[in-house]
Amino acid sequence: MAYDATFHKSSRHLEDEGPAFAYTAENRARFDEIVKRYPPERRRSAVLPALYLVQAQQGYVTANGIRHVADVLGITRADVEDVVSYYTMFYTRPVGKFVLSVCRTLSCALNGAERVTEAICDHLKIAPGQTDPSGTFTLIEVECLGACDRAPVIMVNDAWQESQSPEDVRRLLDDLRARGEQALTGCHHVVETREP
Amino acid sequence: MRNVALVLHFCIPAFLHSCIDALCVMEPILIKHVREPNSFTLDFYVRHEGYAALKKALTQTPDSIVELVKASGLRGRGGAGFPTGMKWQFVDKKIEPRYIACNADESEPGTFKDHLLMERNPHLLIEGCAIGCYAIGAKVAYIYIRGEFFHVQRVLEAAIEEAYKAGFLGKNILGSGFDCDVYVHRGAGAYEAGEETALLESLEGKRAQPRNKPPFPAVVGLYGKPTAVNNVETLCNVPLIVARGAEWYAALGPEKNGGPKLYCVSGHVRRPGVYEASMNITLRELIDGHAGGVREGRTLKAVIPGGSSVPILMPDQLDTQASFDAIQKAGSLLGSAAIVVLDDTTCMVWLAQNLLHFYRHESCGKCTPCREGTDWLYKILRKIERGEGQMRDLDLLSSISTNIGGKTLCAFGDAAVTPVLTTLKHFRKEYEAHIKEGRCTLSAPWRAARAVEAHA
Repeated sequence: MAYDATFHKSSRHLEDEGPAFAYTAENRARFDEIVKRYPPERRRSAVLPALYLVQAQQGYVTANGIRHVADVLGITRADVEDVVSYYTMFYTRPVGKFVLSVCRTLSCALNGAERVTEAICDHLKIAPGQTDPSGTFTLIEVECLGACDRAPVIMVNDAWQESQSPEDVRRLLDDLRARGEQALTGCHHVVETREP
Repeated sequence: MRNVALVLHFCIPAFLHSCIDALCVMEPILIKHVREPNSFTLDFYVRHEGYAALKKALTQTPDSIVELVKASGLRGRGGAGFPTGMKWQFVDKKIEPRYIACNADESEPGTFKDHLLMERNPHLLIEGCAIGCYAIGAKVAYIYIRGEFFHVQRVLEAAIEEAYKAGFLGKNILGSGFDCDVYVHRGAGAYEAGEETALLESLEGKRAQPRNKPPFPAVVGLYGKPTAVNNVETLCNVPLIVARGAEWYAALGPEKNGGPKLYCVSGHVRRPGVYEASMNITLRELIDGHAGGVREGRTLKAVIPGGSSVPILMPDQLDTQASFDAIQKAGSLLGSAAIVVLDDTTCMVWLAQNLLHFYRHESCGKCTPCREGTDWLYKILRKIERGEGQMRDLDLLSSISTNIGGKTLCAFGDAAVTPVLTTLKHFRKEYEAHIKEGRCTLSAPWRAARAVEAHA
């Protein structure tokens, strides 16, 4: 989801058709496990986990992925599209290998989140919402992540990287390129090491 | 955790010590062990009297647990401060099944206490969920966790698995005949999912948009069944009450504001973090004591005491007690106890713009005044902040705000206009300066050198 001045909740946009889609046997088994958590007549409750599985399998959510989710849940495609277009964590366009989500809300902003975003933009020569030409990084700005004591915080895919400065983040980008996810320090890292 | 007594001795006049020792020097309870390795494991939890409260609860009647929680005066920690015992009492006992929906969507800007609780002390929440289910006669609790807390979800799910294996969850818990399942449900990026009815909609597989109230969830909740929606910290308080009694709990804080409270201090302070205290503590003790005050060479400009949705308090109000009632009396709200500290480098027009960017993005779009109004407010604020505003824009800001507040299904509308109204009230001069000078006159070192514009 482009996350910029033109964004509005009422915006309409259509998903890519994408290639034919069905869960792998492994994902299908996971889905069957998850759906048991809800009453049998309330399978629709599993729409968010079902979509996460689509995203994990093909990187983003396509129209064919949406059809598959509608089929396995026994709801309409419109029901699923309704959900996909509402929640910000589903990507409807291809994204880079690492999605960098920089928190831009108050406490992070007060501690330099704008400068972190600026550093990423300059280092990768992209603007928020874009993917770098190598397809490694996508930069998005997100709202409060709930780690305001370790501001500014960024998410790298599902992992967190906390108390970032422009220097930290430049080093992190190079490190991610070189070492992949091993470059990440994780949640509460800075607090743990800062405390006596 | 820092020594609370030391901090208090450091920042309070000597003649107050005796009464303070009696009142609010409180050993942390909820987050006492969070910095110890393995604090999140069942082993560790059971070694520290974990699940003793569940055992005790199962020997009593469900109604007596509800009465106990009522007597303790426990108030919801999610923001509204509604008495939890009352909420449980309202749950319609004639209809089956009933549910607990634990609100772990923690998204209010400045709030990060539930995050710490779930990551480092997950069994406390699981025990709270089980006792809650027992009290209201539910067999299932769903913990609705925000999508961004994936690492927390993994910790929580591992803890749930441990609890099942040890017989604290599942069928016939501890031989009592009571069955209880706890599941984690992951959201996918929506602040509005923290509103209780929107949370239920999301749990049902729909957009997180609020329902009309009444009927309240206690009567018509998840899948149309009676449901108690409780915040993480609220449920974490329940085992303490069961284990140590309602009187002990109530006596920890001032009247009607009992128990331990987690405060999230962030923004321009030396030591941001989660601090646990009784609600006798003042904002000054939290900010200057625990959090170390504003940074070298800076002065305090204003404080947001309860998350971005509440009115600002000024430096001369710092001696206000950080309780639900005292903060309300001072003209703001304790909300989720998210204290955001602002120093003199903060431009208040920028602040309103930053927060309206948040609300504009997070408005669920169901009610027109909120959906369109937040967008409009943001655009005007951005114009003023860039120095392109006109004086008449200030009246327009007030007028749009009053046409959103109170005219929406949920409290989001009121929350969204608060940053605008409160900055206009206390810092109108800054708005006027932007318009007269045609620019922002405050250069903050933490802002980017140039505007970083998003690409479509």
